[in-house]
Amino acid sequence: MIGRIVTALRSKLSTDVKTRHDHKSRRVLPVLPAITLLAMLGPVIAGLYGTILPAFGHLPAAGLTGPTLSPFYDLFDWAGLPRAVMLSVGVGVGATALALTIVALLTAGWSGTPAFRFLERLLSPLLSVPHAAAAFGLAFLITPSGWLSRAVSPAITGWDRPPDLLIVQDTWGLTMMAGLVIKEVPFLLLITLAALGQADTGRSAAVAKALGYGRLTGWLKTVFPRVYAQIRLPVYVVLAYSMSVVDVAVILGPNTPPSLSVYIVRLMSDPDLAMRLQGAAAALLQLALVIGALMAWRIGEAIVTVLGHRWIMSGTRGKIDPIVGGLALTAGIVCAFLVLAGIVVLGVWSFAGYWSFPDFLPDQLSGRNWMRFGPGTVEALGETALIAAVVTLAALALTVGCLEAEYRYGLRLSSRGIWLLYLPLLVPQTAFLPGLQTLMLNIGADVGRLPVMLAHLVFVLPYVFLSLADPFRAWDVRMGVIANALGARPDRVLWKVRLPMLLRPVLTAAAVGFSVSVGQYLATLLIGGGRVATLTTEAVALASGGDRRAIGVYGLMQTGAALILFALALIVPAIVWRNRKGLRYG
Amino acid sequence: MKHLAILAALIAPVAAIADPNPADWDAVKAEAKGQTVYWNAWGGSTTTNDFLAWVGSRVSEDYGVILEHVKLTNTADAVTRVLAEKQAGENDDGAIDMIWINGVNFAAMKEADLLFGPYAEQLPNWSVVDVAEKTVQSDFTVPTDGFESPWAMAQVVFVHDTADMPERVGSMQALLEWAQANPGRFSYPQPPDFLGTTFLKQVLVDILPDASVLSAPATDENYAEVSAPLWAYLDALTPNLWREGKAYPATGTAMFPLIADDELDLSISFSPGAASTAIANFELPDTVRTFVLDKGTIGNASFVTVPYNSGSKAGAMIVANFLMSPEAQARAQDPAILGYGTVLDMTAITADERAVFDGLDLGIATLSPADRGTVQAEPHPSWATRLADDWADRYGVAQ
Repeated sequence: MIGRIVTALRSKLSTDVKTRHDHKSRRVLPVLPAITLLAMLGPVIAGLYGTILPAFGHLPAAGLTGPTLSPFYDLFDWAGLPRAVMLSVGVGVGATALALTIVALLTAGWSGTPAFRFLERLLSPLLSVPHAAAAFGLAFLITPSGWLSRAVSPAITGWDRPPDLLIVQDTWGLTMMAGLVIKEVPFLLLITLAALGQADTGRSAAVAKALGYGRLTGWLKTVFPRVYAQIRLPVYVVLAYSMSVVDVAVILGPNTPPSLSVYIVRLMSDPDLAMRLQGAAAALLQLALVIGALMAWRIGEAIVTVLGHRWIMSGTRGKIDPIVGGLALTAGIVCAFLVLAGIVVLGVWSFAGYWSFPDFLPDQLSGRNWMRFGPGTVEALGETALIAAVVTLAALALTVGCLEAEYRYGLRLSSRGIWLLYLPLLVPQTAFLPGLQTLMLNIGADVGRLPVMLAHLVFVLPYVFLSLADPFRAWDVRMGVIANALGARPDRVLWKVRLPMLLRPVLTAAAVGFSVSVGQYLATLLIGGGRVATLTTEAVALASGGDRRAIGVYGLMQTGAALILFALALIVPAIVWRNRKGLRYG
Repeated sequence: MKHLAILAALIAPVAAIADPNPADWDAVKAEAKGQTVYWNAWGGSTTTNDFLAWVGSRVSEDYGVILEHVKLTNTADAVTRVLAEKQAGENDDGAIDMIWINGVNFAAMKEADLLFGPYAEQLPNWSVVDVAEKTVQSDFTVPTDGFESPWAMAQVVFVHDTADMPERVGSMQALLEWAQANPGRFSYPQPPDFLGTTFLKQVLVDILPDASVLSAPATDENYAEVSAPLWAYLDALTPNLWREGKAYPATGTAMFPLIADDELDLSISFSPGAASTAIANFELPDTVRTFVLDKGTIGNASFVTVPYNSGSKAGAMIVANFLMSPEAQARAQDPAILGYGTVLDMTAITADERAVFDGLDLGIATLSPADRGTVQAEPHPSWATRLADDWADRYGVAQ
């Protein structure tokens, strides 16, 4: 499915046929690309604007007018700032570098092998597991009293009570980094797989092999440079996201002090409205940090290129390939295991009666927790599904409209324009969402579901667009010509021929969009003003209460909500096209 | 952005009705029918959430009031929101109709004129509230003046697992000595969590020779001197805390699973019945008991209040009044449900109603009111604010 996202990247390299069709109904369609860009970038720009003003002391809602630098002075006065900044940068860069390294070495050492295909199949569904659920699962596994410790206690460790070790919420954010890595490895792996198709892997690898290069070294020296060029933007997305993530930081990150993003959210919800000035200043700092990190990453790319050239010229054939490959495979399996076992342990807690350390399983299993929290989750599920469905439909409509406009009128994003699609994912959420909230507050529009939906659309649109664009463009236009020749107008061709044939990619794009919406935490929390309760906001709110049974129920429901559409995307085409063999797999 | 404003204007129901008069209860009941009340209340405790859902079903049955629990992680969020609405000119139908509140947040809202009322003492059930024995007319020393109505009494209790820590400790000094002998077995929620801040106040109240200075607002002159013993105490305690004080539980309820895991032997709670409730919900081992200090512990009341710009004030008053009914109070006191202390005067209710209270099994870990010792007064809210800020500077940012 992510293949679809990345194949969009491929399209900028490809030269496909632009078929132009002239017809009469030139009303809505040609302006759809503009509306789409506005829906995607409008809130980001408005939010940044709404951040900059209060950061310089201008907040009419609190009776404050600027400009002044005092919000920045206040921010720099906070004793926790250096560490909060270090956490944001360290965790973000560390998680991205680690995930990328694992993925690169894993693909280098194992692509094309049965082990790799197995891992690929294991990791694909994990992509849609919401970050918060994965983080809860990880926490339940690795705390000193977690499932892993219970599995070996007291038999191996001799612990009859958990050791007093700082693992979750550790001062350096290592657990938080791990929580991000286990979620970003599946993402980057599937992105890389999609890019592989472009990179002529087979022949390069064969030539390298013939010259006596080890599998892993040969791949890194010949294929990786080409693959990286194509996955660069998604890697930047991972970097920006990891630096500014809030929900994972709340669950796994330290609190003495917290990371910069968590601090921003805290300032934005202080009873003293004047604290929002400092929050806005911190949001601008977060933006600067992300921009700085992206630039540093870019410089790092140049350095790696130079070193890589030297390494290639050195002609080393890769003696330690088996060891490195083994390590990478282990890391990949550990990532998959931690997410999967995390979901299992959420499930066990959701059915647990009394469960003390070091018992591996609860004293009794019962449906009582589900009876207790089930009704609440159903309510939150309704809200979640409503928002996700409306947002996904809107994103699909805009995307199909854009692509159809491109097909009919040749209104196509330039290769530079692809950046615009990534922009909402590259600007840190904590930089523009607080500003958007303040702005909505100023115009008195900050209540209810609709603003939340608009905010979700910002994040859902790019993913839906990137996953649908390529299959849509790859559709055999001769089908359209035939339909035209039979007397169908372009609209009829779209509805009766093209979309039905593209049922599976459309559903896959919908599933991607739906799961992105389900996982949104900050957009729902800040823009909904706490009044829009989705499974994700409820689950993260429960984190502070520490009731693991409730967290288990909510975490499972959240994961289920994100996964269900992927299941439908598999099942529905198989049923609808049960008598059309060529369309069944899409 | 203009479109958003227009859309929002279309969505927001138009309502600019005169405020209901709490003294005219029939009119309040009539107006409340069909109203939706958004009750903003801390949502971190699942037992409280269940109780609130029950209240919702009861007021819906009896009065046709629809109650929606907006789950807060921090009550200050609700205060922010009302303030923001006032500044944005939303004076008729704000997002919040009722808040579970006390202490600093109430003082802030009262001072900023963000509250509807006075209404509390006109509610029909006020007549059965125990105004003589319970601190229901002042909130952290600030007079309530009828701007909030009480619904539960809370008192600090220490929760210990007798399997690991058989004996209670009688003072904060003894607690420090116990922690030094048993490092890593005690923690408290991270301030500014209300229970964490309460722990700081409890230390101060217990170790100061004369705590009466705390009932007046903290001043720049006396704050440093009065609070100095607390910081000396914490400097000695922190290295002996769970995780050496590098991480803290987020809230009071987050400490229960840590006791069940055997990570902690001792924690605190603001609800005398919470430990029994948690045992019933499998969250604590049945070896857990509670105790109070020799000099007693801090106690206060939980209130609800109605923002000045609620569009459902009548509905909110119906809920506030129902919360003070013997039916709701008995249910809240049942440790199988919530385990909160009642605000009612047992002599003012009927014999049948009293029988329900008397019939409650308070649970193995709950101290009877007689065993809870002296209820110490809450310090003035200005102390809580300063202590929490100071704590964050000293222990909340790793050096």
